[in-house]
Amino acid sequence: MTLTLALVVVGGTLFGAGTTLLLCRPLTRILLGSVLLGNGTNILVLTTAGAAGHAPLLGFGHDTSSIVDPLPQAFILTAIVITLALTAFLVTMAYRAWQLSGSDDVQDDVEDIRVARRAVYMEERERLRATYNDWREAYQSMVGSEEEQRAAERRAYQRLGKARDRYRELKDRARADARAHRARQARAEQTAEETAEEDDPWETILGADR
Amino acid sequence: MSAGPSEAASVASALVPLPVILPLFAAGLKLAIGLRLQRTQRAISIVVLSLVVIVSLVLLVVADKEGPQVMYAGGWAPPVGVVLVADRLSALMLVVSTSVTLGVLVYSNGQGMADREGATPLSVFHPSYLVLVAGVSDTFLAGDLFNLYVGFEIMLVASFVLLTLGGTIARIRAGATYAIVSLLSSVLFLVAIVMVYGATGTVTMAELPAAIEKLPDGVTTLMEIGLLGVFGIKAAVFPLAAWLPDSYPTAPAPVTAVFAGLLTKVGVYSMLRSQTLFFPGTRLTDVLMIVALLSLLVGIVGAVAQTDLKRLLSFTLISHMGYMIFGIALATPEGFEGAIFYVAHHITVQTTLFLVVGLIERRGGSTDLQRLGGLATLSPLLAVLFFIPAMNLAGIPPLSGFLGKLGLLRAGVADGSVLAYVLVAGGTLTSLLTLYAMAKVWNLAFWRAAPAELYEVGAVLDSEETDEETDESEAEASREQGETGTAFDTGAPASQPPVGSGRAPEEAHAAVGTATDTGRQEAPAPAGHTQAATFGGQQVTTTTRLPASMIGSTVGLVLFGLAFTALAGPLFDFTGRTADELIERTPYVSAVMDR
Repeated sequence: MTLTLALVVVGGTLFGAGTTLLLCRPLTRILLGSVLLGNGTNILVLTTAGAAGHAPLLGFGHDTSSIVDPLPQAFILTAIVITLALTAFLVTMAYRAWQLSGSDDVQDDVEDIRVARRAVYMEERERLRATYNDWREAYQSMVGSEEEQRAAERRAYQRLGKARDRYRELKDRARADARAHRARQARAEQTAEETAEEDDPWETILGADR
Repeated sequence: MSAGPSEAASVASALVPLPVILPLFAAGLKLAIGLRLQRTQRAISIVVLSLVVIVSLVLLVVADKEGPQVMYAGGWAPPVGVVLVADRLSALMLVVSTSVTLGVLVYSNGQGMADREGATPLSVFHPSYLVLVAGVSDTFLAGDLFNLYVGFEIMLVASFVLLTLGGTIARIRAGATYAIVSLLSSVLFLVAIVMVYGATGTVTMAELPAAIEKLPDGVTTLMEIGLLGVFGIKAAVFPLAAWLPDSYPTAPAPVTAVFAGLLTKVGVYSMLRSQTLFFPGTRLTDVLMIVALLSLLVGIVGAVAQTDLKRLLSFTLISHMGYMIFGIALATPEGFEGAIFYVAHHITVQTTLFLVVGLIERRGGSTDLQRLGGLATLSPLLAVLFFIPAMNLAGIPPLSGFLGKLGLLRAGVADGSVLAYVLVAGGTLTSLLTLYAMAKVWNLAFWRAAPAELYEVGAVLDSEETDEETDESEAEASREQGETGTAFDTGAPASQPPVGSGRAPEEAHAAVGTATDTGRQEAPAPAGHTQAATFGGQQVTTTTRLPASMIGSTVGLVLFGLAFTALAGPLFDFTGRTADELIERTPYVSAVMDR
């Protein structure tokens, strides 16, 4: 009796495909990946039973040395039941995510990003504020001094406006950046309502591939 | 059982499966009862968990006096049947974990009633919680690797449900991260078990030591890496810990507390068991040491950077895992002794701290340190409840955190290798940085003057716009609009963005208790991610008088934590005996095999 290579190859392929799918963002793909992974593992478990042999049933005239090891099969049965339960839970979670946010992508942790970027934001804001204040002080001193410096005042005012615009622009960009991560959540109910009427979840999930 | 067990021992071996069976039975009973008989249901949960605590205590005493207690499920012999074993380590873990889960259950009852969420916790939370307890007990008692896997899975499935209670977007996001990582670790665990089975032909833990000794070193190391990797994910040690601070903080306080206290320690327990029983002459000592060091330092540096209290505590959890891994990596009796003591201490302290955070959220409406303040005057009891476990965690001398760290550091010095000394230094630094992080929490949340809105109890701090940058820039924008461009003040934002308002006033009123009725109070939005505090994922209503059962159970757990300090002498004797038993290996093996 010889071991079969086919089981190892199939198990390995399923494992590889499952891992690839697990690295995707949509929960549905992760779900499919986990199913493939589970099945691949089960097939690999089967290989530990050794070469093919008679069914492990006593009392059928088979010699105990010619029957296959039944323990891996018991492992597989247990693992299948567990995978089923986990798959059911993941399906529910993917559906709930889609229902709430119109997409079943796994989202980044907002708090994590916030903490990571806080230092950068603070620094930039301080710098811009300082620049703006300089211009404003210059402008105010000019305003306070002479009537005939109106031209200089206008120039300074324009420069002030420019500095303020730039400050605001950068500030807005920073804000938009921080908000972008919540964009999906923000359009939650609207998208869910729209898509509930016209198309099916599969459209949303597989839409990226078309 | 030919070893001539006494009457007490044979009774005790019949008790071994009870910590698994009783909670499962209670969970089934609750599902059958459904939403009726709420008071009876709460009583069932508490009575069952109290019974489990008593059973665990009996097992602890018997296992200490008579050696490991073994239960052969269905009377089948070890290679085929399922074996449950309660030795000193298992029994100690059982006692600590069930005591803590009982405390958290009482706390969650208080919270559920305070939030007027009678039905939700009972129909979903209680059964899942009991299944979780059963899963944790099963992993501690499992006598074979496959049963350990099943125990992990029972625990995981229950934890998925607990983490996504209420199904809000924040919790689904957190749950997705957690579920995917857990799923992957389950698959890897199965692969590791199959590897062990393929190499040795058995998964019974008691048979494995003899079988593994016959294997070549390479195969043993491969098996060890497989198992350690899986247990490392569970225990959240540094390179495998990124999932933890992403997923834990959004859950309700009792859930986060019990997860932080128990689920990671299950990984540490499995490591202790596998390293002592299967791989005594491990070649991975140095790797484990480096992992421990990185865990300690990266975790605590992460904690210092956080502004959200729950996340801060999650990072200290990762950091302090390093201490236990350090003890395991040393692989000396002193190292194991220290690690076991530290596990017992850390389960209690970490759980208590998360429960206190739940109380802080109930008083201050947020867990964001930038929004809290003045709690020491507003609620002195809360301050004391936070202060004791925080100092315990940091390792201030008379407390058990100090004793545990001291034991580990002494074991490191006794080991004498360069890496061990580096770890001793790293451990000391981590202890100091933990103190710094706790001092930061203390200063911001308790010691400084309270923001005005904290006085207005009964307000529901709603969080539509949740970003400090957004808040400030909006405040600035509104200020700029109000001015004519000449008086642009760059000081601290003076105006508060008028976002958020009271929840349904009658609900707020109902939960206020003696507090003044300010249900419709306008409150500024908290920074940080969307808070989700109650079981249903809603915001808590802040109150001045905290529910008695929540305070009571927290006080109980603080005292339980202090008991480790008071009983440190006998406890260290016990953990010493446990470490000896683990290293000797024969008591465990012969208890199972000599039937």
